Amino acid sequence: MVVKTLPEFPVKKGEPAYKLWLFEPGQKVEMPLVFNLRQLAETRRPALLPGHRLCAGCAAPIVVKLASFAFRGPTIVVTATGCLEVSTTIFPYTSWAVPWIHNAFENAAATASGIVAAVEAMKKTGRLPYEHVDVVVFAGDGGTFDIGFQALSGAAERGHDFLYILYDNEAYMNTGIQRSGGTPKYAWTTTSPVGSVLPGKMENKKPIAEIMVAHRIPYVATATPAHWMDFMKKVRKGIEVKGPAFIHALSSCDRGWRHDTALTLEVTRRAVDTCYFPLWEWTPETGYLLTDRSLAIARNPKLKQPIEKYLELQGRFRHLLKPENKHLVKELQELVDAAWEELLRKASNAPR
Amino acid sequence: MSQQAGWRSLPKAGVAFRLSTDYKTGDWRALKPVIDYNKCTKCMLCWLFCPDMAIVWDGENVVVNYDYCKGCGICANECPVKAISMVPEF
Repeated sequence: MVVKTLPEFPVKKGEPAYKLWLFEPGQKVEMPLVFNLRQLAETRRPALLPGHRLCAGCAAPIVVKLASFAFRGPTIVVTATGCLEVSTTIFPYTSWAVPWIHNAFENAAATASGIVAAVEAMKKTGRLPYEHVDVVVFAGDGGTFDIGFQALSGAAERGHDFLYILYDNEAYMNTGIQRSGGTPKYAWTTTSPVGSVLPGKMENKKPIAEIMVAHRIPYVATATPAHWMDFMKKVRKGIEVKGPAFIHALSSCDRGWRHDTALTLEVTRRAVDTCYFPLWEWTPETGYLLTDRSLAIARNPKLKQPIEKYLELQGRFRHLLKPENKHLVKELQELVDAAWEELLRKASNAPR
Repeated sequence: MSQQAGWRSLPKAGVAFRLSTDYKTGDWRALKPVIDYNKCTKCMLCWLFCPDMAIVWDGENVVVNYDYCKGCGICANECPVKAISMVPEF
C-alpha cells in the first residue's frame, strides 16, 4: 500500500487545505450548522477532495460539497453508479474524505439500508465508538428514477434511517446523454433527437419527489445548489430526522444541457425563478411548505418569470425558441403554471 | 518464471488507496481566474461554489490553487462585485 502525505498548501500555518475527516473514538461530535462563510471556511473541510475528474462546471461536486458542510459528524457515503461515482474514484485514486462505498447501479438504497442495520447492530453490542453514524446516499437520476427505484422504494417502505440525495442532471450524462425518466418534455438528448419528425423527448418527467411523498417518509424536499443556505438547512433536517429522508437537488450538466460552464448555477437559479423547479419541503406533520425563493414568488407573483428565461440558456431547448415551435413553449408554460398552481393550493404557507 | 508481483500483492477488492489530490487537474484549463484583491470583499461565495475545491481561504484572503482549477468560470460568474476575471492561459 502506498501511503502518501497530503500536499502542502496551507490554509493556516500547520493546517493542510485538504484533509480526511477523522473523528476520535468516543469523542462527542455534533458539528453545528454554520452559515457565516468565513467561519465555515476556517472550521470545515468539504467531504470531496480536489483532483476528481468531473467536467469543468459540473454541479454535482457543488451538491456534495454543500451537503458535506451540513453533515453533523461521522458519516458514511454511498453512491450509485453515475458520473459522481465514476469520476471521483478512478482507480487507484479516491476523492472522498469520508468513508465511501459503491456497490452496483440499482442498489444504492439497499446498500445504505444494510449499512444502517449494521450500525444499529454494532451500537447494540457496544462495538460502535461513536454516538451516531449517519448514512448519506448520493445518486444520479438514472440510479433513482429508473434503475434504482425499486431499491429506494423498498428502503423507504422499511424505514431505514438514511438520507438520499438525488442530484438530478436529467439524463444519463455519464454514458453520453441518453434520455432517462428524469428528462423533461421536449429536451434534446442523443436518444430523443430533434428533427423534422420529433421535437425532442415526448414524455413528461417523472414526479419523483411527489412519489416519495406518497411513501409517507418523514422528510422530502427539493433543492438546488444555487440556493445554498436553503439546501444546507434541508440536508441537516434530513440527517436529523429519524427514518428515511429524500432530497431532490437539480444539478445542471453543462455538457448535456449545452450551456456555458460558467452558467451552471445561473441555470438552476432560473429554474426556480420560472417555477419550473419550485423549492418546497414536506413532512407528515406540516404538509407541503414552500421555502426560500419559491416562497418569495408565492408572496409576490410579479417575481415569476416566463419559461423562456430558463429555456434560452440551454442548447438542449434551442429548437423550442424557433418561431415555428411557439406552440410547444406555450404548452410547456401551461404545464409549469398548472404544476405551480397545484403546489400553491397544497402548500400550507402559501398566501391565500 | 517471471519476477513480477503476483496477485497477493494487489490491493483487495478495488479499494482505492491514493488520494485524488495527487492527480492535478489544472492542465485542463483554458481560461484562468485571477482575483483582483482591491475589489474583493471576501464574501467567500467563490470558495463556497468552486466545484474543484480549488479556491481556499488562507486566513486573510481567498487564493486560487491552480493545481486543481479547471477554469469553469463559476467563480467569476457568481462574484457579486466582479472581482474575478477569466484570462486566457496562453
